[in-house]
Amino acid sequence: MLVPGRHLLGIEGLNPAVISSLLDLAESYALLNRSGETRRDVLRSKTLINLFFEDSTRTRTSFELAGKRLGADVINMPVSTSSVSKGETLLDTAATLNAMNCDILVVRHKSSGAPALLAQKVDAAVINAGDGMHEHPTQALLDALTIRRHRGRLEELIVVICGDIAHSRVARSNFLLLTSMGCHVRVIGPPTLIPTGIEQFGVTVHHDMRSALEGADVVMALRLQTERMIVDQTGGGLIPSAREYFTYFGLDPVKLSYAKPDALVMHPGPMNRGVEIASQVADDSAHSVIREQVEMGVAVRMAVLDTLAQRVFGNV
Amino acid sequence: MFDPPRDTLITGARIVDPATGYDEVGDLLIKAGKILDFGGSFGEPEGSTIIDASGMVLCPGLVDLRASLGEPGFEYRETIESAALAASAGGITTVAVLPDNAPATDDAALVRALASAGDATGRINILPYGAATRGCVGKTIAEYGLLREAGAIAFTDGTRAIGSAALMRRALSYARGFGAVIVQHPEEPSLAGGAATESARATLMGLPGIPACAEAMLVERDLRLVELTGGMVHFAHVSTGAALDLIRQAKARGINVTCDTAPPYFDLNETAIGDFRTYAKLSPPLRMEEDRVAVVAGLADGTIDAIVSDHQPRDADDKRLPFAEAAPGASGLATLLAITLAKVHGGELSMMAALALLTTRPGSLFGLDTGRIGKGRPADLCLFAPERAWLIQSGSLPGKAQNTPFDGRAVEGIVIGTWKAGRRVFG
Repeated sequence: MLVPGRHLLGIEGLNPAVISSLLDLAESYALLNRSGETRRDVLRSKTLINLFFEDSTRTRTSFELAGKRLGADVINMPVSTSSVSKGETLLDTAATLNAMNCDILVVRHKSSGAPALLAQKVDAAVINAGDGMHEHPTQALLDALTIRRHRGRLEELIVVICGDIAHSRVARSNFLLLTSMGCHVRVIGPPTLIPTGIEQFGVTVHHDMRSALEGADVVMALRLQTERMIVDQTGGGLIPSAREYFTYFGLDPVKLSYAKPDALVMHPGPMNRGVEIASQVADDSAHSVIREQVEMGVAVRMAVLDTLAQRVFGNV
Repeated sequence: MFDPPRDTLITGARIVDPATGYDEVGDLLIKAGKILDFGGSFGEPEGSTIIDASGMVLCPGLVDLRASLGEPGFEYRETIESAALAASAGGITTVAVLPDNAPATDDAALVRALASAGDATGRINILPYGAATRGCVGKTIAEYGLLREAGAIAFTDGTRAIGSAALMRRALSYARGFGAVIVQHPEEPSLAGGAATESARATLMGLPGIPACAEAMLVERDLRLVELTGGMVHFAHVSTGAALDLIRQAKARGINVTCDTAPPYFDLNETAIGDFRTYAKLSPPLRMEEDRVAVVAGLADGTIDAIVSDHQPRDADDKRLPFAEAAPGASGLATLLAITLAKVHGGELSMMAALALLTTRPGSLFGLDTGRIGKGRPADLCLFAPERAWLIQSGSLPGKAQNTPFDGRAVEGIVIGTWKAGRRVFG
C-alpha cells in the first residue's frame, strides 16, 4: 500500500515513506526513459483522460507521455473544446466521464478543491494536476526527484522558494513535501505575496534575497502571473511593477551568488524571463536544472500512474 | 382557512418564561388561541385536548430575527411554505425575514405581501425587514417611513454590508427620525472577497482569506457613526472576539447597539471546512477556535442579545461546486434550538439564558413585544424534550433547504410540539 486512498489529490497526507518510494520508482522510470524502452503492460487497456480546465502545455503533455509509455489509452479533454464551456457543471462532466468508464482522470482546474470534488463523484482514480492555489503534487515530486538526483539526498538541504508564494500551488506542494523530507525551506517575496500563517508549516519567511539565499543548496523561482500586477477588485495590484519586482526579487547572477557556489536553480515553468528570473541564470548550465525538471516530470508521472494502478486495479 | 384552534391543556411541563424569569412545573391552558392561564393545576377542563408534558420544557415560541426564505425570487432554494414547515419543526413561531430577495423588500407593498404570506401559512408570523437601500445595492436610502408604516421592523441590506461610511451615516441618521434601527452585516467589503477566514488552514487549502479584522473594522466604524448621528445599530451574526469586545465596550458607554449571532459561530470553527466541505462555507466565514470561544463568552455575559438561525437556504447546485465558487450560507431553522441547547448541556449557558436568547430578548428588540408567556397573550409556544437525542441529517431535514453544516451531528433536545396562536402546527 503506497498511496493512501485511490487518488493523488495533494502532498498533504503523504508520509515520508510513501514519498520516498514514489521517488525511487520515478528514478527507475527516469533510467528506463533514457534507455528508450517502455513498459506498455502497466496500464494496458486502461483509459486516462487529461481533463484540463486551465491551459497547460507542459503538464498535460507530460501526463500524456507518461500514460502512453505505460500503455494507457490517453485522451485529452481541453476545456475550450468541451461542453464545459457551454455551461455544463463540473459534476455533469463527472457523470459523463463515469459513463465512459474512464480509469484515470488527470485534472487541472482554476479552483482549489475541484479535483477533490470530482474524486467524490467519479469512479476513476483522480490525479490533481494543479488546482487553484491549493496543490500541484506531481510538480513537487518531480522537483524533489531532480534535487535528489543532484544532491543524493533531501535531508538537511536548504531550499529557497522565491516569488509569488501566496498564489502558488507549486509552492504549497513543495514546502509540504520538502519539509516532510527534512529540508530547511525558506520562502522569499514581498509581504503582499506571502500567505498568512505559512510559518506554521515549518517554513521561514524572508523579504530580502541576500538573507534568503545565504548558503542555499537549491533556489526555486516561481512564475509571477502578470495579473498580480494589474488592479484587481480589491483596489490595486500586489506589486507596483515588473521592474521593481525584478530589482528586488528577480533571480539574477548577483543574487544567485549569495547561495552556495554549486546551488541548483529551478523553475516550474513557463518562465517570465526578466521578471522572476534573468536569462543568464535560467540558461546557466552550471546551475540551471530547469530542463531536467521537465524530463523528471514524465518519470514522476509514470511512477504515480504505476502506483495508483497497483492500488486501484491490482496490477503487478 | 384553517381549523380553529383547539382548546388545549398542557400538563406537568417545566414552564420557562424568560421575560419574567418564571421557571416552574405546572399546567398551561390554551383557549381560543390565547394563553388563558398557566402555573399550578387546572384539572381536566371539558372539551380540552390534554397533553402530558411531564419531563418536557414549555417555552415561548422561538423568535428568529434573521432568515432568508427564498421568496420572492429564489423559490428553487426555499419557499415561505417550506420554510414555515422547517420553522414549526424547530419550535419557531416568529421569523424576521431579510429584504435582499429579488425584488428586494424596498416597497411598502412588498412588506405587506411578505407579512401576509406568513399569515397564509398559519405557522409563522413573518416580520419583514425593509431594505436599507433601494434594491439593497448600497446606493440610495430606501423609504423608511413608508416601509415602517407597512410593518418593516428595521432596515438592512441583508447579506450585504452597507459599505460606504457616508451612506451608513445617512441611513442611521434618517432612520433615527422614525425610531428605526439599522441592521448591519459587519464586514468591510473590500476585505471580504475571500472564501474562508484568513488563516494557516486557508493558506494550506489554497483558499483566498477574509481577515477576521474585517468584522471589527466595520463595527468600530459604525459605532462611531452611531455616536455621531444618535442612531441605532444592530450587528448581525457577529463571529469574532474583537467585534464583541468593541460592542461590549460600546454598551458599557451607553451607545445604542445590539447584536446577534448564529449557532455555527458558537458551535463550529474553521476546521469544519476541511475536505472543502461547502456546506460549512458561510458568510461571515467560520472563524478560529478562539473566536468561537469568544462568541460563547459573549452569549454567557449578555453582550449578545439574540441567537438567530441565519437561515440561508441553498440547493445542491449552489453548493456542489469548487469551494471558492460555492454559495455561502447554511440552513438553520430546524437546528436552531438543538445547537443552542448543546451549550446548555455543556454547562456554558443556563436553560433560562439560552431560552431568553431565543425568545424574549430577540422578541423585545426593534420595539417588538413578542416571545413571552403571559395570560391573554397569543398561544405561540414551543414544547421540547431537552434530553431526547436525534441525528441531524442533510436530506431528512424539514423544509427544502438541506444545506446544514451540522450534518451527521447527534444532538440532544427535540421539539415535541409547536403552537401558533393556539393551533398545533408541529408534533
